[in-house]
Amino acid sequence: MKNLNARTAATALMVAGLLLLPLYSQLSGNVFALTLFTRIVILALAAASLNLIMGYGGMMSFGHAAYLGIGGYAVGILAQEGLGSGFIQFPVALAASALYALVIGALSLRTRGVYFIMITLAFAQMAYYVASSLARYGGDDGLTIYKRSDFSGLINLSNRTQFYYLCLAGLLGVIFLIWRIVNSRFGMVVQGLRSNEQRMQAIGFPANRYKLVCFVISGTMGGLAGALLANNTDFISPAVMYWTRSGDLMVMVILGGMGTLFGPVVGAVVYLVLEELLSQVTEYWALIMGPLLLLIVLFGRGGIMGLLGRFSRG
Amino acid sequence: MLLVVEQFLNGLQFGLLLFLLAAGLTLVFGIMDFVNLAHGSLYMMGAYFAATFVAWTGNFLFGAILALGATLLLGIVLEFVALRHLYGRDHLDHVLATFGLILFFNEAVRLIWGPAGLALPLPAWLTVPVAILPGIYYPAYRLAIIVVALAVALLLYVGVMRTRVGMLIRAGASNREMIGALGINIKLLYTMVFGLGAALAGLAGLMQAPILTVQIGMGENILILAFVIIVIGGIGSIRGAFLAAIFVGIIDTMGRAFLPNLLRQVLSSTAASTAAPALSSMLIYLLMAIVLVVRPEGLFPASRR
Repeated sequence: MKNLNARTAATALMVAGLLLLPLYSQLSGNVFALTLFTRIVILALAAASLNLIMGYGGMMSFGHAAYLGIGGYAVGILAQEGLGSGFIQFPVALAASALYALVIGALSLRTRGVYFIMITLAFAQMAYYVASSLARYGGDDGLTIYKRSDFSGLINLSNRTQFYYLCLAGLLGVIFLIWRIVNSRFGMVVQGLRSNEQRMQAIGFPANRYKLVCFVISGTMGGLAGALLANNTDFISPAVMYWTRSGDLMVMVILGGMGTLFGPVVGAVVYLVLEELLSQVTEYWALIMGPLLLLIVLFGRGGIMGLLGRFSRG
Repeated sequence: MLLVVEQFLNGLQFGLLLFLLAAGLTLVFGIMDFVNLAHGSLYMMGAYFAATFVAWTGNFLFGAILALGATLLLGIVLEFVALRHLYGRDHLDHVLATFGLILFFNEAVRLIWGPAGLALPLPAWLTVPVAILPGIYYPAYRLAIIVVALAVALLLYVGVMRTRVGMLIRAGASNREMIGALGINIKLLYTMVFGLGAALAGLAGLMQAPILTVQIGMGENILILAFVIIVIGGIGSIRGAFLAAIFVGIIDTMGRAFLPNLLRQVLSSTAASTAAPALSSMLIYLLMAIVLVVRPEGLFPASRR
């Protein structure tokens, strides 16, 4: 089998591992692993959504954490106001993220290159400050969510295993969706725009409209991750939207391999597990993580997926 | 009236500080085409160096000069060891690498100086209020910041527009390969420009230090403001950075000072007190959005190559 290269093998292994994790956690009594990986799966979902615009669309958004916050605040605020049903909370979280993405995207996509990086960053920071000034919903200190989204018997989010599988289903669903998008006519146009925008425009494609739709899809997926994240921590605060969190997401995407389907998932797993291990060794884990990132940028192009691809080609 | 004058001067002072930061950022971007997120870390290091050296020497000016030198040196070392290998790479690589540097610097500061913030006390001669107009007093230190920053801005203008090195810098900004081909030591030029940017960031940091506490992450919020400024002013343009910085500084300060009262006249007082903080922190981002809608390249785009 020529097709079974290192990359597909690693991906299959990882997905199998993620699927079987609750079993391991159950057998070994290691509850912490499940908690850690729930978080990893949620952030992998966010990274995958960022990968759609960054890897396939060539739009370097540095403000993706804003969606985590918007999705999270939608859940938190509705819960605070007594609307505990997930059938309301999740659609609202997605719609709010989509709306934000639409406005921000329409403004930001007027710019190119490094302007785009900076303007998305600035808008996310604006969202951060707005959340900090929401005095009614905790302001800087954040908002405790006393009850997780209620799906009236369909699924119980307070059950660790059920919640984990919900998140994993979300992740795999989003990846499936991205796979379909990327291979559709729409996805081809978006990728064409990444390679050569002028040419695509000359053929007659309205560049910004395609990019905006892609941007909104990605933002909506990010909002899903935010709603899940708020349920996971039972808490939402402006800190989720802080710009270093957007940086974390970018690192996950690039570490794993931009523009590969499972790259962001690999990146999220490696980055967060590494962070966890390093923080067990030393309190000053960022002292090692920072230079490590620098080295990855200097020497490891194409991320882990790129590395595996090269490895299997010999 | 008195309050308006005072807040206007505060805004001007803040804007000039922002200019020092933005000038370094825009120079480094304009010439090396390098996005330096760690610029805010250099600002933070300037403040920490100042707090340390002033405590050591017991003299504010002497400590400040030492801190300036230390930041310059740090910038040059940083450029030499790591960042020069990233020129010509994708902007995304720059963002990622300097993001790593921010993590590193924040953690290093926590390790060396501890998690608690430091205070940088002012000498007595800088704490007296000065009468700027009959009956209107303004703190001498803030006035000193305005003077120093204006002097630096002028020096920068003369240096870039009127000297030989400045000419090379401008030439480098418009065509990097060409001035390399003409036999200019471009690596040295890059290192110098990066060092200059670092020193400007350090200067901003050490001057801001006595007003705010010196703490970890202090460079990050202000870095975002510097980004907003160079986006408004047009990336690579020092003149644009100067005008945008003063504009942003004044709007931000005045908005925070007067918006609550203004809103209270239109809205009920509870609604005003909820809306005002959100609106005043959004003000400059709204400004940026408007500028980008009207002129996507910023107000004073540097002439593109």
